[in-house]
Amino acid sequence: MSSEIRFTDFKSDKQPTWCPGCGDFGTMNGMMKALAETGNDPDNTFVVAGIGCSGKIGTYMHSYALHGVHGRALPVGTGVKMARPDIEVMVAGGDGDGYSIGAGHFVHAVRRNVDMTYVVMDNRIYGLTKGQASPTSREDFETSTSPEGPKQPPVNPHALALASGATFIAQSFSSDALRHQEIIQEAIEHDGFGFVNVYSPCVTFNDVDTYDYFRDSLVDLKEEEHDPTSREDAKDVILDNEKEHQGVIYKDESSVPYHEQHGVDEDMSVIPDGAPESATDLVREFY
Amino acid sequence: MAADFNWAVGGEAGDGIDSTGKIFAQALSRAGRHVFTSKDFASRIRGGYTAYKVRTSVDKVQSVVDRLDVLIALTPRTIEENLDELHEGSVIIYDGERTTMQDVEIPEEMIGLDVPLKSLAEEAGGAIMRNVVALGAACEVAEFPIENLDSALEKRFKDKGQKLVDNNKEAARAGQSYVADEYDHEFDYDLETTDEDYVLLNGDEAIGMGAIAAGCRFYAGYPITPATDVMTYLTGRIERYGGHVVQAEDELSAINMALGAARGGARAMTATSGPGIDLMTETFGLIATSETPLVICNVMRSGPSTGMPTKQEQGDLNQMLYGGHGEVPRFVLAPTTIDECFWKTVEAFNLAEKYQLPVYLTADLSMAVTEQTFSPETFDMDEVEVDRGNVVDETTIDDHMSESGGFQPHEITDDGISPRAFPGTADGAHMSTGLEHDEQGRRTEDTDMRVAQVDKRNRKVETAREREDWSPREFGDEDADDLVITWGSNEGALAEAVEILDEEGQDVRVLSVPYIFPRPDLSADVEAAETTVVVECNERGQFADLVEHDVLERVDRVNKYNGVRFKADELAAEIKSTLAEGVEA
Ligand SMILES: Cc1ncc(C[n+]2csc(CCOP(=O)(O)OP(=O)(O)O)c2C)c(N)n1
Ligand code: SF4
Repeated sequence: MSSEIRFTDFKSDKQPTWCPGCGDFGTMNGMMKALAETGNDPDNTFVVAGIGCSGKIGTYMHSYALHGVHGRALPVGTGVKMARPDIEVMVAGGDGDGYSIGAGHFVHAVRRNVDMTYVVMDNRIYGLTKGQASPTSREDFETSTSPEGPKQPPVNPHALALASGATFIAQSFSSDALRHQEIIQEAIEHDGFGFVNVYSPCVTFNDVDTYDYFRDSLVDLKEEEHDPTSREDAKDVILDNEKEHQGVIYKDESSVPYHEQHGVDEDMSVIPDGAPESATDLVREFY
Repeated sequence: MAADFNWAVGGEAGDGIDSTGKIFAQALSRAGRHVFTSKDFASRIRGGYTAYKVRTSVDKVQSVVDRLDVLIALTPRTIEENLDELHEGSVIIYDGERTTMQDVEIPEEMIGLDVPLKSLAEEAGGAIMRNVVALGAACEVAEFPIENLDSALEKRFKDKGQKLVDNNKEAARAGQSYVADEYDHEFDYDLETTDEDYVLLNGDEAIGMGAIAAGCRFYAGYPITPATDVMTYLTGRIERYGGHVVQAEDELSAINMALGAARGGARAMTATSGPGIDLMTETFGLIATSETPLVICNVMRSGPSTGMPTKQEQGDLNQMLYGGHGEVPRFVLAPTTIDECFWKTVEAFNLAEKYQLPVYLTADLSMAVTEQTFSPETFDMDEVEVDRGNVVDETTIDDHMSESGGFQPHEITDDGISPRAFPGTADGAHMSTGLEHDEQGRRTEDTDMRVAQVDKRNRKVETAREREDWSPREFGDEDADDLVITWGSNEGALAEAVEILDEEGQDVRVLSVPYIFPRPDLSADVEAAETTVVVECNERGQFADLVEHDVLERVDRVNKYNGVRFKADELAAEIKSTLAEGVEA
């Protein structure tokens, strides 16, 4: 049936309430196209969303979905994927959701290498709560809660991911539609945890990290001498504070996803009626 | 009841107290004797007093008593700590060669058996077996056939090779013959054996076993005393049935993973203790509003905060009943015995799925770490039933579509129960959220829909009250004027207390309540009683509060929960009309 699936099948009938021009539109479109392009359909896809403007994405898409509590989307996605290896799992949320309240889960989801895709819609600000500093805000970025800037270096999510043993690290820009879709697609197809940080500008509260800024400063790794299979190359890109990149930064081609390492491959929704046949063995162990 | 025998081994944490006690308990159980164990432990790994106590009888035993007949004392403190329970003629086995035990004084009226545990163990193949030497000595004192110890040693060490098993058997015999040869006391213990086959397990293990039997396939947890044994039990076992255990990075993650698995259609569970429940509470509300079936096991310990992690308390009742912002229905089940831990776990999964809500399953530390013997039929797997509730498939899903063709996982129904579709079900794609939602799960702030959804969720509780049996267990004298009510692990002790009271001419009627919410209506029982006493391990009397609350006369109320605040004139009118109708008695 997948050949008949179009990306619009992943659209819900809810009209997004995002501000006109918000980067999240592009991020979502790319995700829907990538899902359709990789042969998925709404009934075999599960989207877990965080809290924030970004987290509303689950509402505007059509699939099995859960819109959770702030910062905990990754564990939910992990649970879905373990119970249902047959289901395509995609987790999406904001930079605050993922790198602030959910930072701990990020590190552990990366090292577990569960076969799912994590899309962070990075606008370098808290959108939904109306413009406070986020963990990726610049050190001197003035907001209502940081009148002189946060005066702390931003979190480097890619460095966190690489240090935690990531097997797929990428970055895209929501308004570069084709590249963005291509990169998400590659993350979906990756065997393991596919992490994509997406520059998804907030047109209402962030007048520094704008479309123009990203358009002018982005360097595409495709056009550079970059070998994504090399951790060394990845490290250089990730620690380069001078440039903004897009593309696949790192990809471990020998990645063994969690379910293969731990033998978690059964559809757990199927259980027998009554105790399993050999369950009396469980009692016998207590003799 | 036939004479019971009380035995303990005590020393410092790290002295191998737990395994020594367990070996003895298993030997007794394999010899067809009933066993009830209890543990005294401190929250540290090395050092600190620890003891493992075993009470045994040919009749069922279900509580501890304050009497100790034989004590293996590895440290002087072991004797001090147990002085109250030691009596005239109690036997204390110790190693006078151990530096710390050289100056130990055995109280006059007791019998001290100085056995060179370490030296004898070394002769048998290694000092590490000194506790087994002591067990052999205890067998001699209690006239307990040492062959029964052999099978327990085999169970314990067979994976490490026959040589080790043989050495241990030899060590036990060295202890036995030392006592036989060196002391000519007549001990009047005679631990007879029977042909009964018993199994020996604790509450946490019974919960884990119940979970597997009920078809739980996914468990995520974060270690915490005294709930960790549930995870330990499931690890390595659940895989045999196609399941998986994840040690999450924290409780926030654990409950969210379990939530994810449940949304995927698995029977899922997490277990923790008080501090973990606090962390899970935000997600708890999401589980309830998204109507996700989930079993959350709270093995209570002493609070608040980190409190006393290794001590008993039943202090989290209010937390489970009321925890979380806003109002959401949840069930709270509280098994009152170890075997019930198994059956209530099975029931918890069925209730969670039938009513699509979170179920707290609560045990307490005493029940969780205590082992008791049961006949294997107590856990009859053929009796286990799995009811997955209202799950739709490709053929039945059409009955639950909105006019525009969307699946309605939060359909407003008379009994409050909506259809569930697992991912992969064609045309079932839908959204679940902690936001208030319409029948399709889409966010809404519509006042009517808000009220309809709140009512629908609450209606499930009324449906469950009607459809399920929430009765308490009754024992004692049914005609007694005085009523005792309890919940949690107190039942065993109370059962024995009733016998004692009976002998003293004091009749009581006992109700042991395994359901906290919904709970049985006890008002008629309380009203009929002259005096009612509620027994529980907490300071406030949290369950007593509930009983009082239930038995009080009804008051009328004015409520509003559609998301719009009261307006003065509207409120005045409501109050006026309610008063006019009169308070219902
Ligand atoms: C426990 C908790 N704390 C705080 C909030 C309030 N809150 C909602 S969204 C948000 C920040 C979202 O920022 P980000 O993840 O960057 O997403 P954006 O809105 O920018 O897309 C916060 C703090 C909440 N919902 N839950
Ligand atoms: S506030 Fe910013 S992030 Fe939120 S919808 Fe508007 S533009 Fe997008």
